[in-house]
Amino acid sequence: MNIHHPHERQRRALGAYLTVALFMGTLVFGFFRIQVLRSSTWELRAVSNRIRTLPIPAPRGTIYDRNGKILADNVPGYSVTILPAPVDSVRATLTRMAEHMDLSDARIEQVIRRLRQYGREVVVDSDAPFEAVSALEERRADFPGVYVEMRPRRRYLLNDAAGHLMGYVGEITAEELGSAAFPSPRYDEGMIVGKIGIERQYEAVLQGIDGLRYVEFDARGRIVGDFTGAEMNPAQSGGDIHLNIDLDLQRWVHEIFPDTLSGAIVALDPADGGVLALYSAPGYDPNLFVGGIENADWDGLNTDERKPLFDRSVLGLYAPASTWKLAAAGIALDLGVVVPDEVMPEPCTGSWFFGNRSWRCWNPEGHGYNTLAEAIGNSCDVYFYQLGLRVGLASLLERATDIGFSRRCGIDLPQESQGIFPDQLSWFQREFGYRPTEGEALNLAIGQGPNSQTPLKMAQFYVALARDGSAPAPAIAKEAPLREGWSLNLQADHMDALREGLRRVTARGGTAHFGTALEYWDVFGKTGTGQNPLSVRGLAEDHAWFAGLAGPPGELPEIVVVAVVEYGASGSAVAAPLVAKTADYYLRRKYDIPVDSVQTYLEHIRRGPVPAWYPRRFPMTTSGGR
Amino acid sequence: MIGPLHRWSIDPKLVLAVCALTIFGIAMIYSAGVVYVPSEVTTRAWLRQTAWFGLALVAFTGASRVPLRWIEWLAIPAYTMSMVLLAVTLVIGTGRGTAAGVKSFIDLGPVSFQPSEIAKIATILALARLLSQRNAGLTTLRDLLAPAMLVALPLALVLRQPDLGTAMAFVGILFAMLYWAATPVALLLLVASPVVGLFMSYNTTVWSWYIMGVIAFLYLYRYRLFLFESVAVVLANFATATISRPLWNSLAGYQQNRILVFLDPEVDPRGAGYHIIQSKVAVGSGGFGGQGFTLGSQKRFDFLPEQHTDFIFSVVGEELGFIGTGLAILCFAYVLARLVRMAEHATDPFAGLVLLGIFGSWLVHIFVNVGMTIGVVPITGIPLPFVSYGGTFLFMSWVAVAIAVRVAHER
Repeated sequence: MNIHHPHERQRRALGAYLTVALFMGTLVFGFFRIQVLRSSTWELRAVSNRIRTLPIPAPRGTIYDRNGKILADNVPGYSVTILPAPVDSVRATLTRMAEHMDLSDARIEQVIRRLRQYGREVVVDSDAPFEAVSALEERRADFPGVYVEMRPRRRYLLNDAAGHLMGYVGEITAEELGSAAFPSPRYDEGMIVGKIGIERQYEAVLQGIDGLRYVEFDARGRIVGDFTGAEMNPAQSGGDIHLNIDLDLQRWVHEIFPDTLSGAIVALDPADGGVLALYSAPGYDPNLFVGGIENADWDGLNTDERKPLFDRSVLGLYAPASTWKLAAAGIALDLGVVVPDEVMPEPCTGSWFFGNRSWRCWNPEGHGYNTLAEAIGNSCDVYFYQLGLRVGLASLLERATDIGFSRRCGIDLPQESQGIFPDQLSWFQREFGYRPTEGEALNLAIGQGPNSQTPLKMAQFYVALARDGSAPAPAIAKEAPLREGWSLNLQADHMDALREGLRRVTARGGTAHFGTALEYWDVFGKTGTGQNPLSVRGLAEDHAWFAGLAGPPGELPEIVVVAVVEYGASGSAVAAPLVAKTADYYLRRKYDIPVDSVQTYLEHIRRGPVPAWYPRRFPMTTSGGR
Repeated sequence: MIGPLHRWSIDPKLVLAVCALTIFGIAMIYSAGVVYVPSEVTTRAWLRQTAWFGLALVAFTGASRVPLRWIEWLAIPAYTMSMVLLAVTLVIGTGRGTAAGVKSFIDLGPVSFQPSEIAKIATILALARLLSQRNAGLTTLRDLLAPAMLVALPLALVLRQPDLGTAMAFVGILFAMLYWAATPVALLLLVASPVVGLFMSYNTTVWSWYIMGVIAFLYLYRYRLFLFESVAVVLANFATATISRPLWNSLAGYQQNRILVFLDPEVDPRGAGYHIIQSKVAVGSGGFGGQGFTLGSQKRFDFLPEQHTDFIFSVVGEELGFIGTGLAILCFAYVLARLVRMAEHATDPFAGLVLLGIFGSWLVHIFVNVGMTIGVVPITGIPLPFVSYGGTFLFMSWVAVAIAVRVAHER
């Protein structure tokens, strides 16, 4: 057989023709199926392919202070978004983008993961700096699928004067997304939400509703134009919030707080428990967090020994020390076991014997016989030992618990520490493993023992002293739902006695007089010297407390201020002037008196002669009280 | 009477069909450049392709005048030279465009070319020379050894680049020419069976039926094969089935993805499945009549990958619809059939083999390139003869046409 014989060639050619028919037939059939039989499916897909809905970011609601001044608003910012595309090209694009903007490898991988997971546009940088944006826009062709758009950027006008209070916003995390606080579909990947502080507390109000627009894109993510076939949904901005905070007072508090010290100042309006100022030192600038905090800033905030991120005003727990004597006194009056003008049977000789041991007064020289007001003015421990014994441990725990010393105040913030105070006798058994003796009441009555309170809680207690013995829950926002506070059952003369005791502390001859004497206002208050783990071992000073009430002379106090200065040593020298200066600033502005940075008597005499108002306001005859 | 057209083209039917395809290709390349955000390179591509077409016609005119015996004599030196070039490419080669990581091109300043294009023609000539010396068919596996080795060398070199598409073209060349050398189809199927078995082995049951079929076939075919050859086929089948799992695991992620998305593009629509989905959307939305020349929206919005080169047929599908794709496929079918026709009438064995070699190469190129735009075959970087943008590829395709008409009509 000759394989090259024409018949053989013809036979093989037939096979080759059939092969061509088979392969080309397969292709024709394939195209027929897609283009004729299933064409409409693919046509639909072609439209959805190039029309995309893009969110129009809604501006967040504005946060105003009590006078309508803006605490937080929005300014135009830029966000950089990338559209889905094959993973390799997205990675290449993002890597090139990293040359022009801050974009870590981890962030690149995160963006790619989200692109694959969600299959739609993903925000690369929700707050790109202008230089980065212009660099990207200049080289648009190099960055397929990337588009830049205006997006409202949060701005905090008080900077580090109100960092803890305002909190900050940031991109929603995977954990937050889907949690009860961030329900879908309202919340979605890439959204900017409140993380902490007021921003978090009122997230539901402040968050707006993003709009939608339809945009025609080419495959490289270049916007070709707005699609006209469908209506656009405009964005709805979030609701505004009005706070009880006084912006100028908050800033003032930040200015007067010593730069090198840590602590907190809380100012409340006794009329309704509104928070006038809530400050924790050192502060931080929440603007740093907007659009994602820089690593260096984040590390700096976290490694700082002074813990600037820690909100001492509502989270810090400090032994309230002598400031708590007013609570003991209030409870005793409430229970009727002491009468204001009565003196304790045992005089203070610098120490007192009870239960086979000696209980010392802070002043070894003793205070002699004291009425309640005198005992408060002198901060006489011996008087309060006897008062504690009269109240009795069980009653003391019960009433203190009613006032909420072992609970939170219920302020409208996402975080608040619970005070540490025994709520019942079994508390000692549970915490320390022993049955308490009556001697515990002695310690607790002078503010010692297992008792740690936040500055906010003590301020709330002093609100009761500025009123009629009742205290509403402190509220930052005017919109905050009313929460029931608590009240002590005190007569008017009881209140007078307690305030008289506070007056003695700041009166001429009182321990806190020089730092609190003001031209226009009476400041009453109580110092405290709170022990802390370091000071007990002699390694550091005690924490300094001052809790004060202030208002026009002869009238009910109009502001309650509590200052705690960590390791400040002296409540009268360090904390009290802060309280006086805070109150003075607030009241002067309230009564249209020009504000001056030289406020207290101490500041006046340090700068020059004795001020003319001093003898008039504090005549010699009234020194030393009644 | 022989007119000037006939005299120039030697085989007017083939050359006019190929001319039509080339002009059609230039039109589609022009259309592929009409996008909403055009770039300098893509809008001018059709002009460069036209210039290359002119060069190709000149080359055709010259090459089609080279006597058959010279071509036959040139076969072995050309083969040797091209193997050297392929080896050199592996060292100094560069990639292009999206395939920047491979080593397929040799850069010569203003132009760069793919040595594998030359190697294809050289291999066809060398194999034709080898096979044309036989008068009897290749009936045993042993007979297939030498031709297989001849093709295995360039195939291996091309795979190293790596360029799977061209490697497939070499397989097409080998099988088409072995077939024309009167190798029984049954034997060719047996040779291919281990590779088929490789794919069948994804499922043990399927593979079991398959191997029983192979053995039954061998039994029926037993008088035409040596026993050891039958055993070798079975063993090879077992071997590929055994290595299929490790082989799969040794594939790079993107290679696995390409195979997986071929089976179902929607498993990774934003990743590996993106190109095939976008291409199908374009082709499908073309419908029966198409969206109109240059008016394809998928293309204009740049959703099509490589729309000048590998995915040019998606543009055809979107803009000219089923009418366009059907006619284009028919035209290709005509070109292929014409090659077979010419081989059928070629009295010289060498000529027929060369024609079938070109036939095998183009069949693979056409089927894989067109098939991948609708997901009939996995995506492989392989251009469409005469239509895809690419100067040297067009040029070499026309050289192949010249050789085809020359060898077919030498009397």
